[in-house]
Amino acid sequence: MGFMDKLKNKFKQNDKEEVSTKYKEGMAKTRNSFSGKINDLIARYRKVDEDFFEELEEVLISADVGVTTVMDLIDELKMEVKRQNIKDTKEVKEVISEKLVEIYYGDDDEEMEELNIQENNLTVILVVGVNGVGKTTSIGKMAHKLKEEGKKVVLAAGDTFRAGAIEQLEVWGERAEVDVIKQSAGSDPAAVIFDGIKAAKSRDADVLLCDTAGRLQNKVNLMNELSKVKRVIEKEIPGAPHEVLLVLDATTGQNAMSQAKTFSEATDVSGIVLTKLDGTAKGGIVLAIRNELNIPVKFVGLGEQVTDLQAFNAHAFVYGLFADLLEESDE
Amino acid sequence: MAFEGLADRLQSTIKKITGKGKVSEQDVKEMTREVRLALLEADVNFKVVKDLIKRIKERAVGQEVMESLTPGQQVIKVVKEELTDLMGGEQSKIAVADRAPTVIMMVGLQGAGKTTTTGKLANLLRKKHNRSPLLVACDVYRPAAIQQLETLGTQLNMPVFSMGTEANPVDIATKAIEKAKEEHNDYVIIDTAGRLHIDNELMDELQNIKSSVKPDEIFLVVDSMTGQDAVNVAESFNEQLDISGVVLTKLDGDTRGGAALSIKAVTDKPIKFAGMGEKLDQLEAFHPERMASRILGMGDVLSLIEKAQTNVDEKQAKELEEKMRTASFTFDDFLEQMGQVKKMGPLEDILSMIPGAGKMKGLKNAQIDESQLTSVEAIIQSMTKKERQDPDIMNASRKKRIAKGSGTSVSQVNRLLKQFGEMKKMMKQMTNMQKGKKGKGMKFPFM
Ligand SMILES: Nc1nc2c(ncn2[C@@H]2O[C@H](COP(=O)(O)OP(=O)(O)OP(=O)(O)O)[C@@H](O)[C@H]2O)c(=O)[nH]1
Ligand SMILES: [Mg+2]
Repeated sequence: MGFMDKLKNKFKQNDKEEVSTKYKEGMAKTRNSFSGKINDLIARYRKVDEDFFEELEEVLISADVGVTTVMDLIDELKMEVKRQNIKDTKEVKEVISEKLVEIYYGDDDEEMEELNIQENNLTVILVVGVNGVGKTTSIGKMAHKLKEEGKKVVLAAGDTFRAGAIEQLEVWGERAEVDVIKQSAGSDPAAVIFDGIKAAKSRDADVLLCDTAGRLQNKVNLMNELSKVKRVIEKEIPGAPHEVLLVLDATTGQNAMSQAKTFSEATDVSGIVLTKLDGTAKGGIVLAIRNELNIPVKFVGLGEQVTDLQAFNAHAFVYGLFADLLEESDE
Repeated sequence: MAFEGLADRLQSTIKKITGKGKVSEQDVKEMTREVRLALLEADVNFKVVKDLIKRIKERAVGQEVMESLTPGQQVIKVVKEELTDLMGGEQSKIAVADRAPTVIMMVGLQGAGKTTTTGKLANLLRKKHNRSPLLVACDVYRPAAIQQLETLGTQLNMPVFSMGTEANPVDIATKAIEKAKEEHNDYVIIDTAGRLHIDNELMDELQNIKSSVKPDEIFLVVDSMTGQDAVNVAESFNEQLDISGVVLTKLDGDTRGGAALSIKAVTDKPIKFAGMGEKLDQLEAFHPERMASRILGMGDVLSLIEKAQTNVDEKQAKELEEKMRTASFTFDDFLEQMGQVKKMGPLEDILSMIPGAGKMKGLKNAQIDESQLTSVEAIIQSMTKKERQDPDIMNASRKKRIAKGSGTSVSQVNRLLKQFGEMKKMMKQMTNMQKGKKGKGMKFPFM
């Protein structure tokens, strides 16, 4: 079985059709422009030569994959092309996708995408990230999703700083029909989260989602504040937080790597929510983040509605990027 | 994967060239390759990088770099000039309408920072320009967006116009203008909802607001952390709304901010302001030149180059080259050269300005070299005019006299004479080797 077939089968086994359709729709822009470009490239160049690689490099760079990753990839591709004596661009296609998937997965198991939800105890999820990436919105969407799955969810309004942040979370609480624990603006976020844990416990909730204020990763004080919030959670519930989700905006360029690094240092990030993939940005930096820091993407945000959140499925993601290529190679 | 600045990136190439005396086209190629990587790592769009590299290469292969005494620095200088050029001059003026109120519209993607910037801009208009703005809440979509603006209004003690989330943003904007006229607000700042540039329906809404209120300024608010997609966003907003300027937000972060360059390149609209923090007084005029340095990831190396430029007289350098060619270089010329180097400031200072210099071995001796420089100077100053012109006449008693006069030893004098002789010989070889081409990379005995 060829690599592509394996990928396709995997995709079909793993997922219900609706999910893949929805995913494909949401990803249509990303996919079209991305694999469109690769197809373009392949149509234009018949020979695998320097020009071809140069253009491929540009396609990947324009997806924010990052120049270091791209150069490594191109080097490997060149070697592979030489080894397999590939001359035709049509054949190189498979190698490209294979290598990209390889970058993402490395040698890891693929279970990492699942949320770490406790069976019988309260699961605490801390949501962190820089300003405006979509933390609060993603919490609203996750609350909705978890509730649909039959979980009792509570939200904690840990952003006590930004104007209107508490009210914003309250609206999402209404939309998802879950409780929101809050204090007044300007109060200590650690205290709010502490309250949240107490309330979630007494209400016998399954999941507590903690919002935090957006902060740039180079603000040492604010990062310390975040570590403190995490310590409060750790102290209240051994083993918690069960997930620390870093929200990344797909529009962000190479700084996302710095965000992933610094937030990990402060809070031990366990997963990523990649938002705004309904735009034209590709979020290619998650490849490098997974590769370098071993942080998997768990969800992707595909819009502003409460249902616009999809569990990340790397195969679907890759399939989304290369759907056109796959379909073409079937013929 | 810590990003290296351009200066760091060029370090190894520069090292290779220094002392070689000639920059080859291959060297230039290597240097422009590093420039390209640095720009891409800084998130400058790859198409913009391509254009830039083409121009930089042309200038680099030309006289400016290849014939310079300091090719590495010249490359950095050329790159920085191109970047600063592209970014344009400083322009932080805000339009004033002939008839009040002046209307400003804030547009951009979700999460870019429009609402906060609306508050900051209002604050700046009042503080610096003595204006009384009215803030308008046209974001009826994002939960609590109106409350957010209202909270900012309270913090600033400024009026906020809103009609709730059920009203149509076009109506809100139109009514707000009437309100401003009634209340004698001379500025109206309209906060709109964040939207994707490919969301036709919502982009139409912005066009409708625009045609109803005829704003004097339309500011596109862009997150400085934006990657390659910045060109698509900026191009699209500009095409559909003909924006008048850009505000770059979150520049207090650690992003290189290459998006600034991309945006400028595709829209040719000025970047007017930079958001430098979450507080309402943290909006500054945008400095294109500083941004160029930031994108290149280099601090003081630029001021160093400027220093070198203003202090090394081009004409003198030419004369020196002429003398080298004819091997008529004397101790007087030597002294002059030293003067030029000294004008740039203490060696230690100069070295501290070079990124990565601390890591270079041999630079720990910088202080010793400084004192050596002083004694070299003293020795030459103790020579007679004739001795300086023709060191061959030097004998034991002359050397003794010079050593005494300069407070050094005969062996120090001997060493300098020997080094000077070698230097002259080297110059002769160099100029012969280059067959009439100009000489470069001369080395002083004290360096
Ligand atoms: N198109 C699109 N917009 C999104 C997505 N996720 C969030 N947004 C929008 O992005 C903007 C910012 O989202 P927030 O949830 O307020 O972001 P945040 O990280 O909580 O922001 P701060 O608390 O201010 O740091 C809002 O306008 C959201 O509607 C997404 O997946 N797609
Ligand atoms: Mg928030």
